[in-house]
Amino acid sequence: MKSLQRKLLRDLMRLKGQMLAVAAVVACGISVFVSMSSVQYSLEASRARYYSRYRFADVFMQVKRAPEFYLETVSRIAGVASVNSRIVADVTLDVPGLDEPATGRFVSIPEYRTPVLNDLFIKSGRYIDPGKPDEVVVSKPFLEANRLVPGDHIGAVINGRKRELLIVGMGLSPEYIYEVQPGAFFPDKRRFGVFWMSRKALESAFDMSGAFNDLSLTLANGVSEKDVIMQLDNIFTRYGSLGAYGRSEQLSDRFITDEIKQVGIQITFLPGVFLAVAVFLLNIVLRRLVATQRDQIAVLKAIGYSNEDVGLHYLGFAMIPTAVGAVAGTALGAWLGRGLMDMYADFYNFAELVYTFRFENVAFSVLLSFAAALVGALGAVRKAVLLPPAEAMRPDSPVLYKPGFFDRASLRKKMPLSLRIIVRNLERRPWKASISVLMISLAVAILVAGRYTYDSVDRMVQVEFTEKHREDVTLIFNNPKSPSVAWNLASLDGVLEHEYYREEPVRMRFGHRFRRQSIKGMQSAEGLQHLVDKNGQHFTLPPDGILLTSALAGILGVRPGDRLQIEFLQGRQLHREVLVSGTIDEILGLSAYMNLGQLNRLAGDGGALNAAYLRIDKTKAGALYTTFKKMPGVAGIMMLKALQESFEELIAKSMTTSTLILTSFACVLAFAVVYNGARISLSERARELSSLRVLGMSQGEISFILLGEQALLTLCAIPAGFMIGIALSALLAHALSSELYRLPLVFSAYNFLFAFTVIVVVSVVSGLVIRKRLTALDLVEVLKTRE
Amino acid sequence: MLDNSSDNDHSQAVLRITDLSKFYMMGEVRVEALKHLSLDFYAGELAVLLGASGSGKSTLINIIGGLDTPSSGKLFFHGREITAATESELTAYRRRSIGFVFQFYNLISSLSALENVQLVTEIAEDPMPAEEALKLVGLEHRFNHFPAQLSGGEQQRVAIARAVAKRPELLLCDEPTGALDFQTGKLVLDVIEKVNRELGTTTLIITHNASIAGMADRVMRLRSGELSEDRRNLTRLSPSELVW
Repeated sequence: MKSLQRKLLRDLMRLKGQMLAVAAVVACGISVFVSMSSVQYSLEASRARYYSRYRFADVFMQVKRAPEFYLETVSRIAGVASVNSRIVADVTLDVPGLDEPATGRFVSIPEYRTPVLNDLFIKSGRYIDPGKPDEVVVSKPFLEANRLVPGDHIGAVINGRKRELLIVGMGLSPEYIYEVQPGAFFPDKRRFGVFWMSRKALESAFDMSGAFNDLSLTLANGVSEKDVIMQLDNIFTRYGSLGAYGRSEQLSDRFITDEIKQVGIQITFLPGVFLAVAVFLLNIVLRRLVATQRDQIAVLKAIGYSNEDVGLHYLGFAMIPTAVGAVAGTALGAWLGRGLMDMYADFYNFAELVYTFRFENVAFSVLLSFAAALVGALGAVRKAVLLPPAEAMRPDSPVLYKPGFFDRASLRKKMPLSLRIIVRNLERRPWKASISVLMISLAVAILVAGRYTYDSVDRMVQVEFTEKHREDVTLIFNNPKSPSVAWNLASLDGVLEHEYYREEPVRMRFGHRFRRQSIKGMQSAEGLQHLVDKNGQHFTLPPDGILLTSALAGILGVRPGDRLQIEFLQGRQLHREVLVSGTIDEILGLSAYMNLGQLNRLAGDGGALNAAYLRIDKTKAGALYTTFKKMPGVAGIMMLKALQESFEELIAKSMTTSTLILTSFACVLAFAVVYNGARISLSERARELSSLRVLGMSQGEISFILLGEQALLTLCAIPAGFMIGIALSALLAHALSSELYRLPLVFSAYNFLFAFTVIVVVSVVSGLVIRKRLTALDLVEVLKTRE
Repeated sequence: MLDNSSDNDHSQAVLRITDLSKFYMMGEVRVEALKHLSLDFYAGELAVLLGASGSGKSTLINIIGGLDTPSSGKLFFHGREITAATESELTAYRRRSIGFVFQFYNLISSLSALENVQLVTEIAEDPMPAEEALKLVGLEHRFNHFPAQLSGGEQQRVAIARAVAKRPELLLCDEPTGALDFQTGKLVLDVIEKVNRELGTTTLIITHNASIAGMADRVMRLRSGELSEDRRNLTRLSPSELVW
């Protein structure tokens, strides 16, 4: 059927603008799907390979100090496959070239290299030499951020003693794919790093010979993690265990798991929208095509082409642009995926992050888009198939116009004729007009939702770094200190304000639900630290009772007024009951807040402090930093400003990229929808508009009729698009929310202005293209052709 | 493929129409396009069916061509009942046996003259080469022209070439000169007459133009869906002798 194929190709060429628009929309959808699903697969596969090759543990536990011989007891627990004890401690670092102190997490490794759980991948340099206690392997992001290489030295205050350490290797571990300081949510590569040091050296430094404070173990297949955790807790409670936990609560794994889940949401959400729009576009384009080719369909049938031939022919109009879009989208997706993967490599430290482009995904997405094309084309193809040839020979019957709402005399008088034509046209086909409005508003909505994350992260930065925190430095003590000791900080020259808090690990229990959690005992919520929810609303610290983040309350199933069981995991390990005084919907993490005095009373130990917030005199910062670097008993130091900068740098990069991609795709979508709408209108109305020209209307007047209608539709679509965009963002915020963070729902005026501008520009451009076609209308020819 | 139950009395007739009626609804008005029409067509004859617009002649030609179905009555082609045919049988009937020429040519604008003819030769069973069909209508120099580059008369000749290329048994022409001027119209009729004469194709021309009747073997007139006249010309005029 070569001639029919030739007709198909030539007709497609004639409709190339519209068909390219369809192909572009399909390409956008496919590229998102292909890139994101490849990224998802690559992340999952890289993680799985990394975990298994480097023996990432299944269960983790931190204790205060437990005798080494308990390892034997643990390995006898049914279901435990292997077990590994370590010494893990945070120390203050003096990094060459960095004024502020940094924090190192020191993790013990065997002196002689043997396979262990959470094993080390040496990226460059070498493993430590036995008998050289000052050698360390350091995590790659920290070394790179500080421009250090194996062979360099670094200072550390280990248990109050300043030591000069030799960096011998650059390493990575599956335990720290997402490398953040405890208590922080975002990586600060310059000021936090993981250090692997000989077990022997750490034992003597921290006085831990014959003991450990960190336990990890793997489970045999099919073993209940919960049972093993329960047994571990029973054994180690008396050794100050903070409670054993599985991978799902391991911070690094948690982040990656969430990331993979979020990528999964994007895989379904965005391509879904794009394919829906493609369905719509194909539907209107093909319906119009079949309408204009009624007589051709009749001829084809008259000369002996079967209904199937004709149907397949028109189906080709849907399939070819879809195929073009699928090919372009796959290529674009493969490229985008690689770029995104590089971006992920900045966040996540894999030994080997392999980008795997999967043809299964491509096949699936291509099939999906063809299914969409089929759906889009079905109505029109069906019409072409069912069109009785004799009827098709006759011109389409004129559309029925009836006097409508706007034809009431009072309104009509005030309306110029051209406007009346516009209004009547919209009134006559309200269904078609609403679908056009819906499609344009979807483009607006994607623009709004795409930029929403910008505003959301802005709010996050505002709340987390400005409103909640006024301090400059957080000093985390390695052991709880008595109030009198802590207050010595106040006497340091340059400390303007100081505030302390207690962070007490507990197990919360309500009914059958329980959770490992720490309670933060605060001196006040009006000083250096404030309580601010995701909407920027400030909360006061309850004088009595406990304030839970909404997410935590949700997990425990408690409501304000309920009484929550608190089991202290350290000290006297008391079991208490406390009133839930309220909930606060915070952006980050899960938290529980209490008045410091009340927490001290509940713990029954006369009070302890875990960290200090300090506001310092900037001019004396240098001297203070030097003091902090040498200060014993300090496990970690967090600099708010530095954390914010690092966050903004990291987020800004990925955010700019993803917003750019999304915005470009939304622009493509907007243009495709608006342009196609106008083209269809032009084709439907060319005859009418030419007649008006022949009757004496000017170029401008007929442009007004055609483009005015489009403008009206677009104007209706913009507010609708804002609403859908807000709904879409809310949906996204909900879907992307996890225990780690909840995106606040905020929209800046700039967001709406941006979406508005894009749509207006796109409409104007497509209007100009159409206008050019209007100028080119051959009046005589159009009047001669029968329709 | 088709129902072969009819008797042999009318084996001479290529086409036999018995008691054919067609009505359709236009809005709320019931239009009776054809009323109890009975007619036979014989092999090789060139028949002209006259009628004013609205007389039902297009409806009749559409039914004969298998494009439309009657409300009642039967249509036999070589004794096989077309009115009982399935959709795919109708397609095969049109593909093999019927050649259509329309008033507005109905060429596929995106295909060249030759390709428009190939549209048919590619699916017909024993077609003449597309080039030969175009030569037959005198368009051998216009193979690669697109419809928009051809005059009305040339377009209609392409349409005729397209209709006859499959060597149909029945050539149905619906107002073939309706959109053409006098001179061009006669040229087109010349081609139709030539096809009828040289290929022996049974030809039915429907027109409102009574002058065309002069070139026919047989002239019929349709008035309000009923046959008001059915006569034979003693002599056939050549189209060049026609005047209107």
